[in-house]
Amino acid sequence: MGLSPVLWQFLVKWMTNFAIIPPEASTAAPWVDSLLVFMTLVSMVGLVLVGVLVATFSILYRKSAHPVAVQIEGSTLLEATWTIIPLGLFLVMFVWGSVLYFRIYTPPPNAMNIYVVGKQWMWKAEHPGGQHEINSLHVPTGIPIQLTLISQDVFHSFSIPAFRVKREAIPGRYTTVWFNATTPGKYHLFCTQYCGTQHSGMIGEIDVLTPEDYKKWLAGSTSGVSLAQNGERLFASLSCNACHNGQPDARGPSLAEVYGSKLTLSTGQPVLVDEAYLRQAILNPSAHITQGYAPIMPTYQGQVSEEGLISLVEYIKNLSSNYRVQQTLNTTALLPEQPDKTPAKGAMGVAKP
Amino acid sequence: MSISLPDQSTARIPKRNFITNENGILSWLLTGDHKRIAILYLISITFFFFIGGALAGLIRLELLTPQSDLMASDTYNKVFTMHGVIMIFLFLVPSVPATLGNFLIPIMIGAKDLAFPKINLLSWYLYLAGGAMTLAAMITGGVDTGWTFTTPMSTHFSNTNVITTGLAIFIAGFSSIFTGLNFIVTIHRMRAPGMTWFKLPLFVWAHYAASILMVLGTPVLAITLVLVVLERTIGIGVFDPTKGGDPILFQHLFWFYSHPAVYIMILPGMGVISEVISTFSRKRVFGYTAVAFSSVAIAVFGFFVWAHHMFIMGVSNYAVLVFSLLTMLVAVPSAIKIFNWAFTLYKGSITFETPMLYAFGFMGLFTIGGLTGVFLGSSGTDIHLTETYFIVAHFHFVMVGGMLMAFLSGIHFWWPKMTGRMYPEKISQLAAVVTFIGFNFTFFPQFLLGMLGMPRRYAAYPQEFQVLNVFSTAGASILGVGYLLPMLYLIWSLKYGEIAGNNPWEATGLEWQIQSPPLTENFTVIPIVTQDVYDYEWLERQKEIEVTHVG
Repeated sequence: MGLSPVLWQFLVKWMTNFAIIPPEASTAAPWVDSLLVFMTLVSMVGLVLVGVLVATFSILYRKSAHPVAVQIEGSTLLEATWTIIPLGLFLVMFVWGSVLYFRIYTPPPNAMNIYVVGKQWMWKAEHPGGQHEINSLHVPTGIPIQLTLISQDVFHSFSIPAFRVKREAIPGRYTTVWFNATTPGKYHLFCTQYCGTQHSGMIGEIDVLTPEDYKKWLAGSTSGVSLAQNGERLFASLSCNACHNGQPDARGPSLAEVYGSKLTLSTGQPVLVDEAYLRQAILNPSAHITQGYAPIMPTYQGQVSEEGLISLVEYIKNLSSNYRVQQTLNTTALLPEQPDKTPAKGAMGVAKP
Repeated sequence: MSISLPDQSTARIPKRNFITNENGILSWLLTGDHKRIAILYLISITFFFFIGGALAGLIRLELLTPQSDLMASDTYNKVFTMHGVIMIFLFLVPSVPATLGNFLIPIMIGAKDLAFPKINLLSWYLYLAGGAMTLAAMITGGVDTGWTFTTPMSTHFSNTNVITTGLAIFIAGFSSIFTGLNFIVTIHRMRAPGMTWFKLPLFVWAHYAASILMVLGTPVLAITLVLVVLERTIGIGVFDPTKGGDPILFQHLFWFYSHPAVYIMILPGMGVISEVISTFSRKRVFGYTAVAFSSVAIAVFGFFVWAHHMFIMGVSNYAVLVFSLLTMLVAVPSAIKIFNWAFTLYKGSITFETPMLYAFGFMGLFTIGGLTGVFLGSSGTDIHLTETYFIVAHFHFVMVGGMLMAFLSGIHFWWPKMTGRMYPEKISQLAAVVTFIGFNFTFFPQFLLGMLGMPRRYAAYPQEFQVLNVFSTAGASILGVGYLLPMLYLIWSLKYGEIAGNNPWEATGLEWQIQSPPLTENFTVIPIVTQDVYDYEWLERQKEIEVTHVG
């Protein structure tokens, strides 16, 4: 940023070799580092200035050299100087920092989504294609990847120092963060929010792969059931389709293409249907009644795990028609080996098993 | 050196003073005298400081090696929790206000006591009750939530003494509210004739600002802790998402107190530094009004920055903008203070006694602590740095490098006033230098650890962080020596120190114009204040008058 690339490379190499900053492995890392370098320089100048002032005055005006003090009231000009200059510098850091913040926490619309559930004391990653990982995360380079985080118990925090990103995993709500990895390699994953006994054991590895290697990894680690398929199975086994079947006389609203739409609740309040809304509507339906429907849906609080909720949400997100919902109305078990009509709408990069 | 001590062969400690006025342990335990209560507080906070310090020593020992080998990770968690709870609630919050502030504010404004002496005593008993409960919680198994009591960890998942500790802090909180209330009323209502607001020493201004924070902020902490206790005992569900509550609400409530709390801790320290720097450069504080109002500005802005502790917790991006901006604004008054102190030295006549050395230490360390705070206040860099050792280093620079240096500076400055005796100057100067060096060795490496991403509160850490941790632990042992030294020579000085006389530093404050140690009633006649604040010319004239008078 403003610095010549050669100089920047040199600076980064120097700092990583002397172990002052972690490796830069995402597009956000150089952005953050340039602000950090700027702040460090400003701080050093400030510190040196204070140090020089104190040292010079101490030497010049020590008692033996300057036996009688000259009383000075103050100086409005100087007060203004050291109010305005620090304020200006701090405001530059504020604006620069805020721009970064918005960039780091606003995922691009085409980002590939991976769900991450934190629990005492492990990280579980749920890839859309059904790959599950514990305390590790495989991601390809060059594609924006969004993580949707939630915690099953206490606060956790998903931190990847090499990417300069971190986000709290909070019980009861989804948070998101995104990154675009640039350099293949293995990087630290830390839980940085204190979460109990094994807090320091809640660490893992981010494995950044080239797109080819990533494809291989995807193919080699699939569980055979994608998240949406798993969600479909849950949808049937919890008998959601008994009401949400899309029939004109159904007791529950149709869920096809509901994701991303605007609903009006029975309270008259308009809502945007996103992941968080879907999750809340399953757990606490009485507070999320769509206009025109009776409040008859029971709560599923405590009956579905966070992973199950993620599957359900992912299923509903990708539900484009009620055809299969109706097909499975009276089916008790859904065979997973039927990927032909897997609803895989949208750009979520659902990998075929 | 410009310590002006009376002729040691003839000097005596005044026969009647607040220490000798009454005898027996009960005369101390039931006293209403603000000076005696200050001494009681000083003894109790020193006790807790050394417990907290011992726990810090254990933490640094554990972190000497990457594995969790000295203690089990559960024990480690309890140790750092207790270190935080004791150091923050039982040492830093009461440190300067309850000891030096209690002792000096009435004298500085020319009053005989605080407005409510009995409430002042009550506040010490509440502090003791809180302290005793904290110790009880620690001895009967400890608590492992971190000093931040993060829900749902504290409400649902921890099996330790959360309730006892929470109630202990609840009770200790009232001691802080009472102290603040007492200061506000005293400063408003009990100033001597002629002591106008802009003749108040900056120490008093700083305490006034801190008192407002104590009175307005602490009740919110009390409410929050009660909610945690209720949630834990009867499950009211305010913070529980399965019952419609929200754990983020806890974060808001907790930091609404706990951010202003850092200003409660640092402002009185800034007051000390203003007095010390003025005295040892024999000069009025440069830009008195700017320094006074910057204290008030810190107190006001300090209330509106709490959510900067939650930048990564999923609060709205726009809230982050607002809180980040306000955080930048609150950094400005601190910068103003630093530059005004530096320019107080300009054309002064500077000597380098122990309190001044500690004050210089404060200025250096607080500048680093403050500037690194800006790294965290800027939201984009906060994402990388928060919850790592960077934040640990940052607040230790402010709270230990800043506040503890200020506390030691103040203790060394007013020790002759409080006890009537001097401590050995050379050893105390050595202690100040050792503390400064040890401090930097301990905490500077932690900035680098944080940049590298090492998370805080880890009992075990990856191998590559070890070198810096070894530095830090080595520094901590030097720092420990730096803190033990004053403990030893100050106690020694109580019996063997030289007689200090009324005004060994030739300072201008009202407290230096009365005998050391002061009388129980401070002044036999309430002074009428005609001189300005930090009026060194007036002091010179007084000395001349005295000489002519005696001659």
